[in-house]
Amino acid sequence: MKSFRFALIQVTPLLFSYLFVGLAAGLLLHAAGYGVLWAFFSALFVYAGSMQIVMVSLLASGAPLPVVAAMAFFINARHMFYGIGFVDRFRAVGGWRYPYMALTMTDETYSVLCSVQYPPDVDGNKADFYIQLLCHLFWVFSCTTSALIGSLLPVDLSGIEFSATAFFVTVVVNQWRGCGSHIPAVTGFASAAVFYFLIGPDNFILPALSASLVALVFLRERVAGEKKRGAPHA
Amino acid sequence: MHDAVYTAAAVGLIALMTALSRALPYLLFGGKRELPPLMINLGGALPPAIMAILVFYCLRGVEPAVFPYGLPEAASVALVVVAQVLKKNTFLSIFLGTVCYMLLIRLF
Repeated sequence: MKSFRFALIQVTPLLFSYLFVGLAAGLLLHAAGYGVLWAFFSALFVYAGSMQIVMVSLLASGAPLPVVAAMAFFINARHMFYGIGFVDRFRAVGGWRYPYMALTMTDETYSVLCSVQYPPDVDGNKADFYIQLLCHLFWVFSCTTSALIGSLLPVDLSGIEFSATAFFVTVVVNQWRGCGSHIPAVTGFASAAVFYFLIGPDNFILPALSASLVALVFLRERVAGEKKRGAPHA
Repeated sequence: MHDAVYTAAAVGLIALMTALSRALPYLLFGGKRELPPLMINLGGALPPAIMAILVFYCLRGVEPAVFPYGLPEAASVALVVVAQVLKKNTFLSIFLGTVCYMLLIRLF
């Protein structure tokens, strides 16, 4: 139970943004005339916020299935990069939980899992699983509920989705202070900025992720060296 | 009404392709073999780079040339950074940043 409670505390800041984006995705589907079952199944099996929002316009316009498939892969391709550091960690959990955890990695759970530090009395494997499970269940809940109710909450919550951005910023700050080398973070910022200005806001993320990956392959000796010596500016 | 067969096929395909994007690294490197050292290296170095890119990704809708010039986002991100550096309390930083953002987008 200790690992469950620890996991719950870790994901709490993200539940606000999941609630809001899930509400938006469910409402869009409802407004386009799709029943609550579609919201439930897409939340359960697709489980990707921006994809489910794009999905509504693809469905409504009757896009050809090959186009649907290509769009889905392209929009979600950033997930490939998330798995790279988690193969050994999730494999250690084993059983059915291993594929489940691989398939429920999101922007949000990635940021929790790569910044979380478990105290010695918490089972890390169990807590990793609970983090993934809680986020997934909450997402299904918020998408399904909003498709069921089909109307906005009486309170205007717009802007609450910024809590996800804020969470990512805190992770960047923590990594900056905790990591012995600033090369990875600077590489990420630089490639994001370069491709943002070159390609524009809609398509920069994949080139930026790929460029960072290549750059870090070449810089790996230096990163490892700096990590051994400890934080350069701390 | 919508064609249920088409909808089911489309939702199924989207689920499948999304699952594939998540499964690829595990399919490539998740066998019984040891992970190549290069991958272990990257596993440690990639997260700070990915998180930096994710912050950009979240802010991609900002239009710096149009009023209010991305100032609500810039001010709120700055507040999160300052709060996190000074207090090291993730909840507090997120709370302050989000409240600041929600107020600013209503004011401007």
